[in-house]
Amino acid sequence: MKKTLSKDPTNVIITGVGGQGNVLASRVLAGMLVNAGYYVTIGETFGMSQRGGSVMSHLRISEKSVMSPQIPWGRADIVVALEPVEALRVLTKYGNPDVAVLANSRVVYPVGVITGELDYPSIEEMQNALKRISAKSWSIDATGEAVKLGNPVLSNVIMVGALCATNLLPIDHKSFEEEIAKKMTPDKRRINLLAFDAGAKMI
Amino acid sequence: MSKLLSPANNEVLFMGNEAIARGALEAGVNVAAGYPGTPSSEIIETLATVVKERNLYVEWSTNEKVSLEVAAAASFAGLRSLCVMKQNGVNVASDFLLHLTASGTRGGMVLVTCEDPGALSSVNEGESRYFARMLEIPLLEPANFQEAKDLTKWAFELSEKIRNVVILRSVTRMSHASGNVICGKLPTKSRKALFEYKGSIMDQLRGPVISTPVVIKHALQQEKLKKAVALFENSPFNTYSGPAKPELLLITSSACFLYSQEAISMLNLQKRVGILKLGCTWPPPPQLLKKHLKSTGKVLIVEEILPFLEENVKALAAGMAEDIGIKKYYGKMDGTLPAVGELNPDLVAEGLGKILKVKYKSQPPGYVKEMEKIIPMIPKREQTFCPGCPHRASFWNMHNALQLDGREGFVCGDIGCYALAALYPSCGFDTVRTLHSMGSGTGIASGFAKLGQFGFEKPVIAVCGDSTFYHAAIPALINAQHNRADITFIVLDNSGTAMTGFQPHPGLTVGAAGESVPAIDIAGICEAIGAKVAISDPFDLEKTCGLLTDFLAEEGCVKVLILRQKCALSPEKKGKKQFLMKVDEERCRGEECGCNRLCTRIFRCPALVWDRIKKKAVIDDVICAGCGVCYSICPQKAIIRTEAKQK
Repeated sequence: MKKTLSKDPTNVIITGVGGQGNVLASRVLAGMLVNAGYYVTIGETFGMSQRGGSVMSHLRISEKSVMSPQIPWGRADIVVALEPVEALRVLTKYGNPDVAVLANSRVVYPVGVITGELDYPSIEEMQNALKRISAKSWSIDATGEAVKLGNPVLSNVIMVGALCATNLLPIDHKSFEEEIAKKMTPDKRRINLLAFDAGAKMI
Repeated sequence: MSKLLSPANNEVLFMGNEAIARGALEAGVNVAAGYPGTPSSEIIETLATVVKERNLYVEWSTNEKVSLEVAAAASFAGLRSLCVMKQNGVNVASDFLLHLTASGTRGGMVLVTCEDPGALSSVNEGESRYFARMLEIPLLEPANFQEAKDLTKWAFELSEKIRNVVILRSVTRMSHASGNVICGKLPTKSRKALFEYKGSIMDQLRGPVISTPVVIKHALQQEKLKKAVALFENSPFNTYSGPAKPELLLITSSACFLYSQEAISMLNLQKRVGILKLGCTWPPPPQLLKKHLKSTGKVLIVEEILPFLEENVKALAAGMAEDIGIKKYYGKMDGTLPAVGELNPDLVAEGLGKILKVKYKSQPPGYVKEMEKIIPMIPKREQTFCPGCPHRASFWNMHNALQLDGREGFVCGDIGCYALAALYPSCGFDTVRTLHSMGSGTGIASGFAKLGQFGFEKPVIAVCGDSTFYHAAIPALINAQHNRADITFIVLDNSGTAMTGFQPHPGLTVGAAGESVPAIDIAGICEAIGAKVAISDPFDLEKTCGLLTDFLAEEGCVKVLILRQKCALSPEKKGKKQFLMKVDEERCRGEECGCNRLCTRIFRCPALVWDRIKKKAVIDDVICAGCGVCYSICPQKAIIRTEAKQK
């Protein structure tokens, strides 16, 4: 585990589709970083926007102060996408040549695609695109792994585990364990720890 | 232990709304009331989790006006009270607020309004700061998470100093954002309620609490406001940072302060631009403004929704023009900043760039070029009803019944998740024709139904959710029945205030803090009004559509159909499937069927997917909520449902 931030602030965007557990992922991650002594600012979109639409949490990690809850365009350092096309969508506005991207490969089709009105890019197309517009990218089947653990909703925690394993942030298994001890009842902790470790192994 | 009760000096990550709740606790709040509305709901919700520990009374009131009345009673009895709502809620509460500001308050009373620039979760870009000006009471706006807590606490002290209600205004990016907050002390003593009323009518602390004699009390109210301004002049919540004589003075409040700070650092303008951040925004403190306006020739005002600060600064500046000289003003009014929608660091940077002639690009040109090739492959993601949502089935029934009726009838929409039904074609099946405020679908339908003498013959349906029913639909329903407006009124009863996170309402047997309360029966109320009432499960398409078709044809009274089915996201239902769904590939005839891909093209459940390779419909098991409704819509009976084993 790294001990310091490689950039201050470090800007992380967690994106996905309403219902994928975006908010929980960003709060757990933020909690881990606050425990490590950082200032963390989270900007979230939820409410109406979450009903089937794209959702996004902005996390800003700093040793100095809280920041604007919206990251300036072009200034994401890390993008964690619970849905692959949402990674691309976020990068159109917030991406830059140095960004690192961690994407779940499991697609959630927009209604327009379901109905056949819109096209959804192939996994290969998306992965190629990601390579062209990021410095580093990982694509993992977090949902598949979550289904193996018995519940697709665990994919958010699997992604948090994978993010820790990328070594981009000063957090690790222990910080996760400490944070969920505060946030979750004991019966939920075990499966979430399993999910976290499964994610870490996927990097 | 709840995070909300963290010991003094602990540093905690609080959501803006949690910070406001903590501030109220540090002020020793006794009573908190509100009506749910994004982005305000978490304040009452989190306070409700500590009622025992802090000896609080917390309630979800029937609507915002009632919540303000409930909170006012506590203040009249010398207690400290908090009232919480979203921006348009203040409009609902405003009639009482007008009279309350005239009578004044006793125990500290704070009205928190959480507003939604850009309407991220609203059907309006309402702005309630003008109420503070119009009703002559102080207005405070926190600019970060620590201030959200500290300013809330101070708002109670201010209210007690001037004996009037104080408005604290937050916005989505403050209420729903989180940041580090250092906790203060929680008081150890709780107050006793004591309502005194035997004193003179002019004795605000011991007489009856009324707004008369009006003119004299109005003058008194204005005196109170002057006292507040005097306190604002030296308030630590108004801060300046930047050079002594800035080239440009940026005046701002709320989340815009954080955007402005960021924009200045993005453009490296720290030596040229100074920020005057106001935590106390109405009335603006004239001496403080005079001092800073004197220091510069150019002023940019950065704020969200309407140019409230801008108008107030300009009005003050006009009055002191002799002392401060002529300034050039920039802001919403001259188009330096967008007049509508929410702001962000980039929009502020763009405004600053225009004024100071600084160029800024958020992404390098090569990157933008690469991105231009990628953008076309990203499909738009429209909002829609969740998989398993009862509203999809309800509007499907309305659509089918209106088609069968054949008179081009339509639906007057209302506020809740089901407002999404107005977003045809992504949901609603092209039925909703009007959408305004809480309960107004019923009033509008009542009006349409009386247009027969002018040649209007279409049947009208009004919809409203269970929480909305109690909030504002009852008077409109009574109006319809009394005036013989033969509307069909549908209650989309999903057992909670689903849109904002399942807060309880008067139809349920639990209160805000989980206490047991009597439920008020919707059907009983409608029957007492004289309406014809039926109850159905919207997932039972045959029965529901049949009832609805009969109701549309029937004349002589208001017809009420209560469609009862729990929200798919409700804690009882979430993650549990009633049915396992499958498409029988043999039976699904795809594009050759003649159904015109009814299930995937028209019904539009996110779990029903058109498989382009097989040319058949398929169920996405991860997304499917197992409601089983699609089983009833396939003319080929190709969608199979089997009862799921309950865990």
